[in-house]
Amino acid sequence: MVRVVASADLRRFTGGLEAFDVEADTVRRLVKALEARFPGLGDYVDRRMAIAIDGEIHQDAWTSPLKPDSEVYFIPKIGGG
Amino acid sequence: MSDVLDRADIGHNEGDDHLKIVGTRPVRPDGADKVTGRAAYGADFNMPGQLVGKVLRSPHAHARIVSIDARKARALPGVKAVITGDDFPNLADEFHEGGEAASNLRDMAMNVIARDKALYHGHAVAAVAAISSAIADEALALINVTYEVLPHVIEVEDAMAEGAPLLHRHMFTEGLEARPDKPSNVAKRNRIARGDLDAGFAAADVIVEGRYTTKATHQGYIEPHATVASWAADGQCNVWSSSQGQFMVRTYCAKVLGKEISDIRVTPAEIGGGFGGKTVVYLEPLALALSRESGHPVKMVMSREEVFRATGPTSGAVMHVKLGAKTDGTLTAADVELKYQAGAFPGSPVGAGSMTALACYDIPAFRITGYDVVTNTPKVAAYRAPGAPISAFAVESAMDDLALKLGIDPIALREKNAVRNGTKASYGPTYQNIGYLETLQAIKDTEHYRTPLGPNQGRGMAVGFWFNVGGESTAAVNINEDGTAVVVTGNPDIGGSRASMAMMAAETLGIAVEKVRPMVADTASIGFSMLTGGSRTTFATGMAVVQSAEKVIAELKRRAALIWDVAADHVIWKDGAAYCLDPAKADEKPLTLEAIAGQSARTGGPITGQTSLNAQGAGPGFAAHLCDVEIDPETGHVTVLRYTASQDVGRAIHPAYVEGQIQGGVAQGVGWALNEEYIFDRDGHMENAGFLDYRVPVASDLPMIDAILVEVPNPRHPFGAKGVGEVPIVPPLAAVANAIRQATGVRMADLPLSPPKIRAVLDAKGA
Repeated sequence: MVRVVASADLRRFTGGLEAFDVEADTVRRLVKALEARFPGLGDYVDRRMAIAIDGEIHQDAWTSPLKPDSEVYFIPKIGGG
Repeated sequence: MSDVLDRADIGHNEGDDHLKIVGTRPVRPDGADKVTGRAAYGADFNMPGQLVGKVLRSPHAHARIVSIDARKARALPGVKAVITGDDFPNLADEFHEGGEAASNLRDMAMNVIARDKALYHGHAVAAVAAISSAIADEALALINVTYEVLPHVIEVEDAMAEGAPLLHRHMFTEGLEARPDKPSNVAKRNRIARGDLDAGFAAADVIVEGRYTTKATHQGYIEPHATVASWAADGQCNVWSSSQGQFMVRTYCAKVLGKEISDIRVTPAEIGGGFGGKTVVYLEPLALALSRESGHPVKMVMSREEVFRATGPTSGAVMHVKLGAKTDGTLTAADVELKYQAGAFPGSPVGAGSMTALACYDIPAFRITGYDVVTNTPKVAAYRAPGAPISAFAVESAMDDLALKLGIDPIALREKNAVRNGTKASYGPTYQNIGYLETLQAIKDTEHYRTPLGPNQGRGMAVGFWFNVGGESTAAVNINEDGTAVVVTGNPDIGGSRASMAMMAAETLGIAVEKVRPMVADTASIGFSMLTGGSRTTFATGMAVVQSAEKVIAELKRRAALIWDVAADHVIWKDGAAYCLDPAKADEKPLTLEAIAGQSARTGGPITGQTSLNAQGAGPGFAAHLCDVEIDPETGHVTVLRYTASQDVGRAIHPAYVEGQIQGGVAQGVGWALNEEYIFDRDGHMENAGFLDYRVPVASDLPMIDAILVEVPNPRHPFGAKGVGEVPIVPPLAAVANAIRQATGVRMADLPLSPPKIRAVLDAKGA
């Protein structure tokens, strides 16, 4: 199970839950699972957030793989100058 | 998309012993044109029959536009078009990704040209196209705009105050526990927190806290915004402009004008600096609309005054930092509050400022609260590591005070609390392959660090962090029939990317870098690439270049096999040539790239490779800076005597360019610390909209900036590269301020630390 850590901004979707486990082997499947469990969360993170998978930041990366023991953390998409 | 996508296992970074080109310092491919004046920047392009476009800008910081009467302007001989906000479609309140992070289309369109309200002094209200500059100016003067002047607000805390003039009545603060019942200038509150803050501070032996402010500063690119746009009778459009992303310009022009993306072709000009400020559109949609109305190409070039009044800058900010620590220096808690100006529309970089504020530190309990606040000032644009220098100024100043209070060396204090591989970053993820401690050690190892200081001198240090990003890129490598190569990308070269692209292609192909010509293509000539920004290009587009070169090598091996009449797996590629491993053909001499390319017609046609990818896994950048200053006690003038900057760069593809990035970031940071600021009068007008009064550092203001390249390779990049362009601007604000604190003995927390402020401190001390 992938460990999902929700930042403070996302806890409005999770009812205040900070960390929970989800069955998913890709980012796309994770997004779908999040949407199914917490309506609105999957769509929100898909549009607005980047995902740190075991510390490595991925953006717009549906195909990025997740390991069974991965920890994922959502952060706002990063731009730059 | 390529089926290769991004790959962590390309295998060029197992050690650099085999590298022949990466890490060397060849002559830059754009150098001769730039030093001889032949480089064609945005304003250098012209078309037959073009008109001159100019913008009428609001004389008020906040005003309702009651009416616009352009009849006299339209009647003026030589005037071919007049446009207002009514000539553009009303866009939905939605976000769209056009080349980097998502932007709100409605806000972007209303920033290009005002609709119901002018939201800052200089906001575009109308535009004209005429046969000459003088007639265009005359036409602007004939446009009669009736305004209802409204109260305005400039400073961030004034905008947050109860009863402040509201910019947007539809805006309610996001990010609060409950939706507020009335609108506010605070667009969003964000919060990052971990651990028990109260317990953390209760466990502290020492607490320091302070209030810090920074002023809005401009990116200060030398080249003003410039464009030529042509809207043909069949609706097909061409745009030439100076920007950090031709695809960004294409997408946003299409959205703002309600056109199909395929109707617009954008050709990038040589760019005279961007630093984040050219990641949005200002003139391009106006020029296109004027061309549509007039039937002629339209050229628009901003004056320097317009650049200051209507583009950029970055946020001014008010911050509060509280740190708690044990007597041995171990941080126990941190509370950081950040209030950033967004300008006329939401979208300050306070989110990134929040995430980076404590990114160098491992602290058990912290809370970071950020406020994105609209003000009657130009909408802020990205500026090198957007948001990070501002919050770093506050945190690193507080860390300096903490070191002083504890009697601990400031580097030792940072080492004690440093993040390491495996540390969970304050913004969430767990660090991997970072070189932060190495940058601190590099500073400690310098002779600079041990050199005694003289009278009126001070030494300060500070550290910084930036994420770096990857993203979508396309690159092509085309082999010419003489064995030379062309590397084509879709990324404007703002910091040496053409050199690094050519070097990575040459290294991979095994040919001399002089045999590779790097080009930046228009939007119709190469696949999509996100804009050049976020320190992404050498990492992401470089990855696409290497993969394209590898595809070329695979094809070259296939062609060699055909020439030798052997199986393809009996051919290897080494040092720019194919070698035959077939025992039956032991006498075959190696076939060079030139030899194979010369027979390409007979062996299957042109030899090319193209890759499109979405690069992931950009490694973060860390930097540690050391600065010496000397104060003139009579004038309060600060001289930066010496500056050393160390940075984890992953692997420097072209070390001279990387050093240049570091030196440039430091120079801009020094200006931010000492001189640069937007100064507004009581009517909300910027008073110093020119380089005479907005003082950026010039070469004579700065010492040689010593750059130390720390190389902790990024395993995600073929050669180990990390982004390098942004983190160098993060530490200088605090490094300079900390040096001044040591020189004066007084913490000065309000940037810029200009001579009058220094003099006031010295006067108060009786100096």
